[in-house]
Amino acid sequence: MQGGSPLIHARSLTKRFGDFVAVDGIDFEVHRGETFGFLGPNGAGKSSTMRMIGCVSPISAGTLRILGMDPVTDGPAIRSRLGVVPQEDTLDTELTVWDNLVIYGRYFGLTRAEIRERATELLAFARLEERARDRVDPLSGGMKRRLTIARALINRPELLLLDEPTTGLDPQARHLLWERLYRLKREGVTQVITTHYMDEAEQLCDRLVIMDRARIVAEGSPRQLIERHATRDVVELRFTTHDEQDAAAEALSATAGGAGAEVEPLPDRILLYTGDGDGTVAAVTGNGVQPSSVLVRRSTLEDVFLRLTGRTLEDE
Amino acid sequence: MAATAVLRVVEREARVFRHLWRGSVFSNFLAPVLFLGAMGLGLGGLIDDGAGELPGGLDYLTFVTPGLLAATAMQGAASESLWPVMAGTKWIRTYHGMVATPLSATDVFVGHVVWAGVRAAVAATAFLAVAAALGGVPSAWGVVALPAAVLTATAFAAPLAAFAGTQDTDVSFPVIMRLGVMPLFLFSGTFFPVAQLPGAVQPVAWISPLWHGVELCRAATTGSGMAPIVAAGHVAALGACAAAGCWWGSRTFGRRLTQ
Repeated sequence: MQGGSPLIHARSLTKRFGDFVAVDGIDFEVHRGETFGFLGPNGAGKSSTMRMIGCVSPISAGTLRILGMDPVTDGPAIRSRLGVVPQEDTLDTELTVWDNLVIYGRYFGLTRAEIRERATELLAFARLEERARDRVDPLSGGMKRRLTIARALINRPELLLLDEPTTGLDPQARHLLWERLYRLKREGVTQVITTHYMDEAEQLCDRLVIMDRARIVAEGSPRQLIERHATRDVVELRFTTHDEQDAAAEALSATAGGAGAEVEPLPDRILLYTGDGDGTVAAVTGNGVQPSSVLVRRSTLEDVFLRLTGRTLEDE
Repeated sequence: MAATAVLRVVEREARVFRHLWRGSVFSNFLAPVLFLGAMGLGLGGLIDDGAGELPGGLDYLTFVTPGLLAATAMQGAASESLWPVMAGTKWIRTYHGMVATPLSATDVFVGHVVWAGVRAAVAATAFLAVAAALGGVPSAWGVVALPAAVLTATAFAAPLAAFAGTQDTDVSFPVIMRLGVMPLFLFSGTFFPVAQLPGAVQPVAWISPLWHGVELCRAATTGSGMAPIVAAGHVAALGACAAAGCWWGSRTFGRRLTQ
């Protein structure tokens, strides 16, 4: 029991749809109380992994244990202790906010009295008290999302699965949601989150994996990942014309190595990865390169992500 | 599949119905009552004045009442099992929310079919009461027409919901209603005896599940004393449709919701 056995344990976890391999033999563990993230571009296998964890998609190969149980034989028992926030809302849109909570509680076999008490708390948690008697259909995207999260908590789950919880929300709605998720974390609810927002991952996740093309390509805390896969600073250089930028890129790739920086030319700017941003800027401009704008910033998870998963669009 | 899990699905359907029942009053109650007035009383008046050749010497109102009862059960179950299923699997995706809980895809499917039966029971009770008041139900055995109507409804709800679970769009649904349900409605002994059909076509009517439902309902409301073996055959035919539909539906819902 020391440290507790992991809530989720996956070894060589694989999901195939016909010939297509959606998840290709990944290993990970999620421990009680932590918030664990799956980052990756669209089609990387995040949602397929989440569906397997949610026991709504049978695994094709490997081992998966959730709450110490096997989804193949204990699916309903596992699901009774999970809360699931799917990528697309599955609310009963013809019903009221209140009825959505009641019906969902009944799916878990809760009594009406239990549900009444719990639903009242959850409406406050989701800041939807005033909309309790309204139909769901006309609610805003942020409200529907909060209701979906409230609904997923009706059974007091030990493990909350959130598949892209804030996609499509405006900044206010996102921040409110993050604050609520952080509160749940403090209450000890273990969370697994998929996202392709780096700021979301940095805000919420204690530990995360980056998935690309059905595999895990990196794992660690946000800080560890930045230390391991990016430099401390990034310098962004912009130029007025393409010709100027091309010339600068050529000059830099010949000399910037001397300034301790790695050069990555992009269509609209040149990135220099370096341990010392200001020193690199001085070295570069001293070499006669004249950018129209210079930005020195700290590396973020986004730099790690783009370096590991590439910059090309993957639209299947 | 667990009985309590199925009941929770039924409970959800009932709660949704509480919000939407007004829309179904016309199709499931007023429309058949209007048919009963137009056909049973209006058209029946003409027919009964003429030859009166209906089997058992029935007046037309008495003949057409069980036909409309079974046909309405079929129509309600059919339309309930197409578009609303598509809403659950694709449009609103409520079924996906249900299988994320301890409920299984089979629970969701069977719950749908049971609910179709419950709805049919409610509609059939209201219709039978009106028909009885108009004099269309001469026998106390008419009460037995209720389970017969429910069985008819499930015989359609199960296979059609199973089919709807395979579909990505609703383009095929109007075709099913027009080329499947409508001809059955007209030619399954609902408005006239199957014996009136050309000899070559009659066997087609016998494989219509609706015909089995109409025969059972008619035996009940008229108290005609159908031989138990014949009644058992009709029940078996309807039960087979419902059972086959449930087997198929637990597979199609499983594939759709949990793959």
